[in-house]
Amino acid sequence: MSAILETRGLRAAYGPTKVLHGIDLAVEQGGITTLLGANGAGKTTTLRAICNMMVRATGEVLFAGARIDGKATEDIVRLGIAHVPDGRGTFSMLTVEENLRLGAYTRRDRGVAADYDRVYGYFPRLAERRKQQAGTLSGGEQQMLAISRALMLRPKLLLLDEPSFGLAPIIVQEIFRILRAINQQEQVSVLLVEQNASMALALADHAYLLETGEIVIGGPAAVIGSDESVRRAYLGY
Amino acid sequence: MQVFWHQVLSGLATGGIYASIALALVMIYQATHHINFAQGELAMFSTYIAWMMLDAGFPYWAAFFLTLVFSFIAGVLIERIVVRPVENAPVLTVVIVFVGLLVITNSLAGWIFSYTIKSFPSPFPSNAWYASSYLSAHEIGMIAVTFGVLLLVFLFFRFTPLGLAMRGAAQNPVSSRLVGIRVGWMLALGWGLAGTVGAVAGMMAAPIVYLDPNMMSGILLYGFAAALLGGIDNPWGAAAGGFIVGVLENLAGAYVVGTEIKLTVALVLIVGVLVVRPSGLFGRVLVTRV
Ligand SMILES: Nc1ncnc2c1ncn2[C@@H]1O[C@H](COP(=O)(O)OP(=O)(O)OP(=O)(O)O)[C@@H](O)[C@H]1O
Ligand SMILES: [Mg+2]
Repeated sequence: MSAILETRGLRAAYGPTKVLHGIDLAVEQGGITTLLGANGAGKTTTLRAICNMMVRATGEVLFAGARIDGKATEDIVRLGIAHVPDGRGTFSMLTVEENLRLGAYTRRDRGVAADYDRVYGYFPRLAERRKQQAGTLSGGEQQMLAISRALMLRPKLLLLDEPSFGLAPIIVQEIFRILRAINQQEQVSVLLVEQNASMALALADHAYLLETGEIVIGGPAAVIGSDESVRRAYLGY
Repeated sequence: MQVFWHQVLSGLATGGIYASIALALVMIYQATHHINFAQGELAMFSTYIAWMMLDAGFPYWAAFFLTLVFSFIAGVLIERIVVRPVENAPVLTVVIVFVGLLVITNSLAGWIFSYTIKSFPSPFPSNAWYASSYLSAHEIGMIAVTFGVLLLVFLFFRFTPLGLAMRGAAQNPVSSRLVGIRVGWMLALGWGLAGTVGAVAGMMAAPIVYLDPNMMSGILLYGFAAALLGGIDNPWGAAAGGFIVGVLENLAGAYVVGTEIKLTVALVLIVGVLVVRPSGLFGRVLVTRV
């Protein structure tokens, strides 16, 4: 298998504050890779650095083998990288449907119309609320909307920033189940940032552990999950 | 009673001008949270461009539409060249840039076209069939044109992908980038559109207030009041505010205090409304879950 996304020596800083100190990671084509770490480890910053947004990043980012570091966020998105950001990024004054329409903003192909039904198929709850103002959706529904908006791009790679954040366990399970379906049915590779290590390790095939801006361990999810120190610190048993 | 209706209707006519300026202000405010103090002066300058073309013998509507094109491009260029560099600057810096733009546009117009007052033609002949004792032909035409502009702007934002992208970019620039919207260009387009709408207001106002470099100063004030009254974050509220201010101004002038201090009365009423409803009559009370 080859990597769809790779970072080499990725560093990032907010003004004078250095946050990432040289991240090397790879997301396999068609796979699910998870990036774990505690609060403030730099997970969100890693995703931002990949998309070149809100943070000053240096180092190499390769997408399907080609350098994308230094490109504008909009252009990176147009290559087929959909980022579901920290906090879900809902267009709260727009309706559910308008949010989805914006997700497909860069597409000019005829498949867009059918794709509304495709994402509503994953999240029927959104279909019932298509005319509702997105800011009034529940947290779980907004997360579903954020994932759906990303899918409307027909991405090759999906970057997810803590999709479980603030949601009831049952909703988290539902979302993770759908993420697996999406990964398999849409041929979309996934880089999943999570604090919920047990759920993420169960879903992913590869995992990295980030501590204060550095990768401390990486490998197959099963191996990481059985690592003694990871278990104690992040899985709690 | 006839006098009363005459006052109301002609208030609607001038209100259309305020509505257009208010709409232009709100379009930029929504995207950047800045009030473009130079909006009126840009409209004035556009009107001079129209005057130049008319003077050179262009037919009215040709000059009108070419002026709209000019104003759109000028708006885009000003955003790109003047406003972009201060995008992330402190508010005060931005205010100074806008005030500078106001002063420069004003003196540029005075320098190129002189400060002498010029007359500006109306495309609506005064003996047209639609003229009546309630409304002159120009007032009727003005109402039709401003409603037409408002309708077009509404349809654009409501039903086109680009309009939706501009709304998205104004609300949530970060998420907009993440769906591939070129946010910077959306801001520039917003300036272009605001310039265009302002130009219509200028060309419609000029036959009444005459053309001179200071023609828009009063109108900008009313437009600003209209935007605040209707709700600075709601374009349609702001437009409605324009019509309300126009009618109020006329009624106050006719029945309450005479024309000299009607502006004062209108502004006092508006301040009164804002005390009771700080977000304006139609200001959005944001519905979001926290
Ligand atoms: N906009 C910012 N400006 C300055 N510092 C920031 C900014 N965003 C994040 N940081 C800092 O960067 C570090 C990493 O933050 P980041 O958001 O990447 O962590 P995270 O791993 O996503 O944490 P969490 O699990 O809490 O979301 C933190 O120390 C944080 O304070
Ligand atoms: Mg985070």
